[in-house]
Amino acid sequence: MCTVCGCGDAKVEGAKVEGHIHPHSHDHDHGHDHSHDHGHSHDHDHSHPHDHDHGHIHYGQGIAGVHVPGLSQSRIVQIEQDILGHNNDFAGRNRAWLARHGVFALNLVSSPGSGKTTLLCRTAEALKAKFPLAVIEGDQQTSFDADRIRATGIPALQVNTGKGCHLDAHMVESAIERLAPADDSVLFIENVGNLVCPAAFDLGEAYKVAILSVTEGEDKPLKYPDMFHAAGMMILNKIDLLPYCDFDVERCIAFARRVNPDIVVLKLSARSGEGFDEWLAWIAEGRRRAAAARVKVG
Amino acid sequence: MHEMSLTEGVVRILEDQAATHGFTRVKTIWLEIGELSTVVPESMEFCFGAVAKGSPLTEGARLEIIRIPGTAWCMDCSGSVVVASRIDLCPQCGGAKLAVTTGEEMRIKELEVE
Repeated sequence: MCTVCGCGDAKVEGAKVEGHIHPHSHDHDHGHDHSHDHGHSHDHDHSHPHDHDHGHIHYGQGIAGVHVPGLSQSRIVQIEQDILGHNNDFAGRNRAWLARHGVFALNLVSSPGSGKTTLLCRTAEALKAKFPLAVIEGDQQTSFDADRIRATGIPALQVNTGKGCHLDAHMVESAIERLAPADDSVLFIENVGNLVCPAAFDLGEAYKVAILSVTEGEDKPLKYPDMFHAAGMMILNKIDLLPYCDFDVERCIAFARRVNPDIVVLKLSARSGEGFDEWLAWIAEGRRRAAAARVKVG
Repeated sequence: MHEMSLTEGVVRILEDQAATHGFTRVKTIWLEIGELSTVVPESMEFCFGAVAKGSPLTEGARLEIIRIPGTAWCMDCSGSVVVASRIDLCPQCGGAKLAVTTGEEMRIKELEVE
């Protein structure tokens, strides 16, 4: 385990002991295994074309703009690499795998306690007879959420991030390998409850869905703008509690549109089922399109 | 605290580059961090200090952060404007339909190595 951040604690449920997943690769004992496995050929699929053009060594571009042989061994290397490039490489591979298999993947993000798991359980009950579903559950510890999902009869895999505050694309790749979602299925990825960090990490999903419950503040889209900017959809959950809360729905939607003019908004209650039909219809349409695209590719 | 993950990403890139370009020590790293990115530079510096100590490649390396200001295209008044955050409205017309053009960068620009 890494003594710096403890990230070696992260594990994917069902992994063998030696297959302990180290989502961050700074674990000193295993070096860069995954970098070498796949080389850099996947760079082509992603939006980092500059990877190919750089890496030149430029002498004479040092701090003083000169290079005098013998005076200093220092040199400047221009690399222009995206810090998230490695994560984005994995995300691109996940996206390609999902497209090949016609899987419609959603990354559910929210604060803890917004009702993500209850939403998923009700969704699973409503859709499981119509098409295959699978769930990846991200939490720091415990498999409580995956247990709740499995109780509905659909496959779920728990990923514990240890001290990590978000799922990254490498963890999701490992989880997809083990879970092996069926062709033309819907894959829900329930991220760690956190409105900050998961915004930065693409997992390969079709959409991020941000869930905000009306028992939270209507100003959250402005307080945590990165997440609402990254999300394609905002679900206002627990609307059955609106009569008991001072939550201004229209104001909340206006705030969300301010950080993301294109965000789709759904209002529902995962407990009472109010507004749920629209959510289910949206998922079914997304799955239909993903499946149709797979047929076209195939 | 995802700055820790991002910092580890930086060190991974340094290790890869060291193998490619044949250097053994990094003295300075210039990072471009946009004002609208999800990174707090101070937090990144703190994390880097902790992570860099673990390897002879990065021990003692200096992190230089270059802030890239946020700019956006306002769809209402069709102009390029400077924004300090994602929740800013257009400083010219007060509109909210802003498409960010710069300020989301998170990348390693160059390295001083030996």
